Amino acid sequence: MDFSYLGQLLLGGLTRGSIYALLALGYTMVYGIIELINFAHGDIYMVGAFTALIASTVLLNYGVPHLAAIILAGVAAVIYSSAYGYTVEKIAYKPLRNASRLAPLISAIGASLFLESYVLLLQTSDFLPFPALIPNFKFWAPYESLFSSTELVILITTIVVMILLTVLIKFTKIGKAMRATSQDRVMAALMGINVDRVISITFIVGSAIAAIGGVLIASHIGQINFYMGFIAGIKAFVAAVLGGIGSMPGAVLGSFVLGLSESLFTGYVSSDYQDVFAFTILVAILIFRPSGLLGRSENQKV
Amino acid sequence: MIVMDEIKKSCVATLWFIFLTFPIAVIKIDSINNTVKWRWLNMVYIGVGSFFLSMLWRYMIKKKEMGGQKEKKKKEAGFFYKISQNRKIFIPLCVLLGVFTILFPHIFSMYQTTIMISALIYVMLGLGLNIVVGLAGLLDLGYVAFFALGAYLYALLNMHYGVSFWVALPLGGMLAALFGLVLGYPVLKLRGDYLAIVTLGFGEIIRIISQNWDAVTFGPSGIANIPPPPFFGVKLSLQATSTYIFYIIVVLVIFTIFIINRLKDSRIGRAWVALKDDEIACQSMGIDKGKTKLTAFALGATWAGMAGVVFAAKTTFINPASFTIWESIIILCIVVLGGMGSIAGVISGALLLILLPEYLRAFAQYRMLAFASVLILMMIFRPNGMIENVRKIYKFKQ
Amino acid sequence: MKPILEVKNLTMNFGGLKAIDNLDLFIDKGEIVALIGPNGAGKTTFFNCITGIYKPTDGDVNITRPDKEHNGKTQRINGLNPYIVTRKGLARTFQNIRLFSSMSVLENVMIGCHPVTKTGVLGAILRGKSTRAEEKFIAEKSYSILKKIGLEMYVNELAVNLPYGAQRRLEIARAMATDPFLLLLDEPAAGMNPKETQRLHDLILKIRDEEGISILLIEHDMKLVMSLSERIYVVDYGKKIGEGLPEDIRNNPVVIKAYLGEEVEINA
Repeated sequence: MDFSYLGQLLLGGLTRGSIYALLALGYTMVYGIIELINFAHGDIYMVGAFTALIASTVLLNYGVPHLAAIILAGVAAVIYSSAYGYTVEKIAYKPLRNASRLAPLISAIGASLFLESYVLLLQTSDFLPFPALIPNFKFWAPYESLFSSTELVILITTIVVMILLTVLIKFTKIGKAMRATSQDRVMAALMGINVDRVISITFIVGSAIAAIGGVLIASHIGQINFYMGFIAGIKAFVAAVLGGIGSMPGAVLGSFVLGLSESLFTGYVSSDYQDVFAFTILVAILIFRPSGLLGRSENQKV
Repeated sequence: MIVMDEIKKSCVATLWFIFLTFPIAVIKIDSINNTVKWRWLNMVYIGVGSFFLSMLWRYMIKKKEMGGQKEKKKKEAGFFYKISQNRKIFIPLCVLLGVFTILFPHIFSMYQTTIMISALIYVMLGLGLNIVVGLAGLLDLGYVAFFALGAYLYALLNMHYGVSFWVALPLGGMLAALFGLVLGYPVLKLRGDYLAIVTLGFGEIIRIISQNWDAVTFGPSGIANIPPPPFFGVKLSLQATSTYIFYIIVVLVIFTIFIINRLKDSRIGRAWVALKDDEIACQSMGIDKGKTKLTAFALGATWAGMAGVVFAAKTTFINPASFTIWESIIILCIVVLGGMGSIAGVISGALLLILLPEYLRAFAQYRMLAFASVLILMMIFRPNGMIENVRKIYKFKQ
Repeated sequence: MKPILEVKNLTMNFGGLKAIDNLDLFIDKGEIVALIGPNGAGKTTFFNCITGIYKPTDGDVNITRPDKEHNGKTQRINGLNPYIVTRKGLARTFQNIRLFSSMSVLENVMIGCHPVTKTGVLGAILRGKSTRAEEKFIAEKSYSILKKIGLEMYVNELAVNLPYGAQRRLEIARAMATDPFLLLLDEPAAGMNPKETQRLHDLILKIRDEEGISILLIEHDMKLVMSLSERIYVVDYGKKIGEGLPEDIRNNPVVIKAYLGEEVEINA
């Protein structure tokens, strides 16, 4: 058994899992609050990556120093993704709050498609090279071949984001409002919580986290295109379901489980079928443990 | 005052959209030469567009909310329904339509006939998906996978065993139905949203397999030289073949309409609609939820399988590129735009969405954007589609 | 004779919460029994446990079907699927009206006939003699039920377009179409005006007297409960706190205490 190969796969899986986690959190937050699969979430992440690329290119062209350009581009990506997330919710989901379950789902597919074709029309259908934003750190040089600086940043960022999010949900007023809304929307409204605002904020926070994921993966892989959000989005959703949809620790756990197992599958079995593998996992969970690893089974209200 | 207020609101919306679209719509980077192009004109378009669209949007939303309050008002039976009930108009209309259909390939060019064949294939697909989405209320986002199964089934069976079109047609339907059952089974107990994502995944799996399994599917290069349907051993010219396929698909569409119409107003069809309206109440009426979902899923898939066989015979060449998620979404669009559950609606939806882009080539690049908008706007403003489904009217002696 | 429904030690836990705690209840053939209690006492949960929507944590739900074929045989039904429970002869209505909104009034009732018919996919496509006869049979059966309930003027109307009180009665009609021996009514009078409630009162009696269907009723309208039911169960916090004849319940101090603070005319 080749342990260094295994180690490489495991570390690769860790990076993969971190990216899925950043996306899966958004799915699970939205699902927790309005019980909707936000199909457009993956595309919000794509928009974030595009914004970062555009912003960094423009800034570097105008002679802004490298570090400042990277930071500003990252900030732009977060701001724009949040703005897109907010707008998508207001246009495509809010008018359907009281409609049948099917309606917002179809609208979500429409929103996803809209964002993809919007970027396709106004930018390009080609793959665009994405600059490596994160330099190779000197102190990390000995381990670079095993686990690159970019991967290190991805992992650390994910952990920091998760800690911040936990603090937001557990200890702030808006976090409390989110938890209340996800438990019972009507009751939360009766208690004086502005439910529309809570939903908007959920979309904004989820989209901001997705944007961070988008920028990180783009600089890791080195290229982006308008379609990048689709498969990534679905896989993040698989991760969210795997962990138990609606549960945030579950989304993170599910993401790492999916990332690691996918990495092992790619390494030892086949890389052509890695997407097939993810879907097979999804079907398997749905059959054997539909509430996911950390989810609680829900009873429908009658 | 109200006018000023509206203008102010639209101005805010305009500013917001100008901000929102700024990086994507205005800036275009050329990463090879590392140059930046500014497209300020786009900003003007977006500004003007969002100003008026936001006004229209608020007007429509307000109208919808007003309508919601008066929801209890009597619903007028639709135009199409009235025609279909009036025998004096309906029968001559059917005869006229029939004559036109028979003459179609002889009046119009072969090019037109080919386009019409594709449109009719989509009618069949739309009618099939209508069972699943429109009647039973289950969102299937991987419908194209069943279509692909049918197409590959015919192509492969023919290549290896020389199986003819007429044998492959029912086999395609059966294979798709079987896969529908297998796929539907694990998600039966779960909420509808999961079905959406599982079917989406299934669609991708079938595409990935057809792309990568070179030994069987010949990968991205696909399978060529698929024979058209045989005509009593006579070799037909290209023109005659397309006329022949045109008639075949017309007959198949009529067959589909006949069967779905029968199912719709039967015990099975009512159970589907009940399931869509309220799952809990449906079960409390003694309906087996799982069985009902499975029949809908399998019966819906059947048509896609058969349409796939026809598609392979028509194009004589198939590859994975014909079976992307995009196709599934077009079919969903047909059902949503036409009218969920309504047969006349789905037919008009398919003809509109497939024929219109063919004749408006100039706008072809906006097709996807338009389809996306159709999905969102129809859900918000007209969830029942262009031609609303009307339930059967029963008459009793007092 | 055995009771047609016998519930023993029924317990339902949601996480740590005991929504129903060791509840016993029985209903004899031809009885009208009421289940009352303050809001959140676990009444609807009790219905959900009996009809298979929830799987009870513990206890037994036994039925003894009164019809000839099943006479005397007792079956345990907890944990069964809701549709099987309905097919065994327990039909229910819902507190928050759950009609099939895109279907006509008649079709709503025809759906209730689903368990007693058997046309399959092939039958529906071929629409042969037996299918047509079956369709005709259930259409007429449904119409006659609507007539009994007094909704025949709405036959082809969409269910959502009916007035509120009529929607509640349509739920009852729909439940009756499943040929039940026991009808579970969850707050049938909620939101009704006194005139409608009086009509409902007569209707429930008629169903019992003419159709021989026994009735278990959850209701807050004490006037209706007291005048209609032969026996009453009172629950609070999932526990049974009283049972007996209406006059006993009216004077039961425990029951009165449970209701204090709530505006209920216990002495109606």
